[in-house]
Amino acid sequence: MSHEVPADLRFTKDHEWCRPGVEITVGISAFAVEQLGDITLVNLDVKVGDELTTGKAFGTIESVKTLSDLYAPVNGKVVRVNADLTGKPELVNEDCYGKAWMVAIAPSDPGAIEGLMDAKSYGDYLTTAAH
Amino acid sequence: MTESHLRRTSLHDEHIASGGRIVPFAGWEMPVQYTGIVDEHHAVRTAAGMFDVSHMGELRLRGEYAAHVVDYLVTNDAKNLADGQAMYTCCCNEEALILDDLIVYRRSQDDWLIVCNASNRDKISAHFAKAARDHCEFQDQSDATALIALQGPRAFEVLGALGGDAAKLPDLRGFHFRDAVIAGVACTPARTGYTGEDGVEIFCEWEEAPKLWRALLEAGRPLGVKPAGLGARDTLRLEARLSLYGNDIDETTNPIEAGLGWVVKVEKGDFIGRAALIEIKSRPLLRRLVGFEVTGRGVARHGYPLLDADGRPVGICTSGSPGPTVGKNVGLGYVPGALAEVGTRLLVDCRGKNVEAVVAKTPFYKRPK
Repeated sequence: MSHEVPADLRFTKDHEWCRPGVEITVGISAFAVEQLGDITLVNLDVKVGDELTTGKAFGTIESVKTLSDLYAPVNGKVVRVNADLTGKPELVNEDCYGKAWMVAIAPSDPGAIEGLMDAKSYGDYLTTAAH
Repeated sequence: MTESHLRRTSLHDEHIASGGRIVPFAGWEMPVQYTGIVDEHHAVRTAAGMFDVSHMGELRLRGEYAAHVVDYLVTNDAKNLADGQAMYTCCCNEEALILDDLIVYRRSQDDWLIVCNASNRDKISAHFAKAARDHCEFQDQSDATALIALQGPRAFEVLGALGGDAAKLPDLRGFHFRDAVIAGVACTPARTGYTGEDGVEIFCEWEEAPKLWRALLEAGRPLGVKPAGLGARDTLRLEARLSLYGNDIDETTNPIEAGLGWVVKVEKGDFIGRAALIEIKSRPLLRRLVGFEVTGRGVARHGYPLLDADGRPVGICTSGSPGPTVGKNVGLGYVPGALAEVGTRLLVDCRGKNVEAVVAKTPFYKRPK
């Protein structure tokens, strides 16, 4: 099965996407959404100003069957949190690369995002990771 | 167990063709979902769903003393069954702890069928084989027997569309079964299920199942029938408060505390676990399996601690998920008797976050009459 992998984004091995910029916007990939199924709850346990550490959880996402952690892709400060997801977790199923962005981060190291997979590498990663 | 040891049912190709996502389950490769758990859940509640449950175990006991052997191994009263009738029961050890929950089918006084959980097949097969030794014939027919569940308010319309024996099934009473030919396949439909909906579970020969599956799906599609996976099966059974072995009941729980006292007939005569069950029934219960609704923001999951309103650990959640039909996050769990009353406030420790919950009446969902 193929999954949408937008060319302008960077990805983590945990299937978060990052949109490069002064602020890095973060969400979860179409592959992650498909694996989770129907999303029923998004808990973003951070507020504007919080410091995030790469690989540390900033929230959880629950589907009918499972709960998964959301991991910070880079070090930085939270500058925006998507409050819409609290009442509308289904946005993740509907528009994971758009309306269902989760947090925006001001990275401590603007170059850190270069260390993440680009769309092509992530696409290759999926073909080996998606059994 | 590595994936190469996982077994496939004869319907595997049908699942792939329907877009099923396959996962390991109790030693089998089974479809967890096709279009989505919630979508399949609603299809079963509003139209009907088809489930492959061929992984379950089927044991056959035959002979003059088969009835006695069966009755001695189960807590419910098999002696009250008529030919063509089935019953739900627990199978306990001497300590009254639950080895499995079963459906027992009486074909005739000397011909019995037992259906057990896939995860318990080896254990229950050995248990029944041992009891049958020198008393009656025993056969584990699991490998040759497929099982398809058709569940939902339109299940009998689907069968009606297939004509012949299938069209006559509405007169089959609850927990009854009979032999039939459906879509050219010799089979045994039983009016049982695990979803809280009306419907049938149909036994047939292993190799014949794809033919039956395709005929049901073809007849059902125009009526909104969909294949449904293990995921929807779990949310459906939870809303209907049907126990899941390995979650809500296991070898550390007894039928009384699990709310299954209605399948325990201590007055029926001797059976394994009887003395312990009499003892358990004679004193107040230490804990009770209750249903609860999560009123705070969170989903209770299997294994999460349950706390009283003051935050003291008092029990454990055994099953939990969103209930798509009831529109709430619901769960089952063991709590002390004093906290089992409907309306009692609890907290669920959702990975360190205490989320409010309240003991609720079960079943969470009851189908409209």
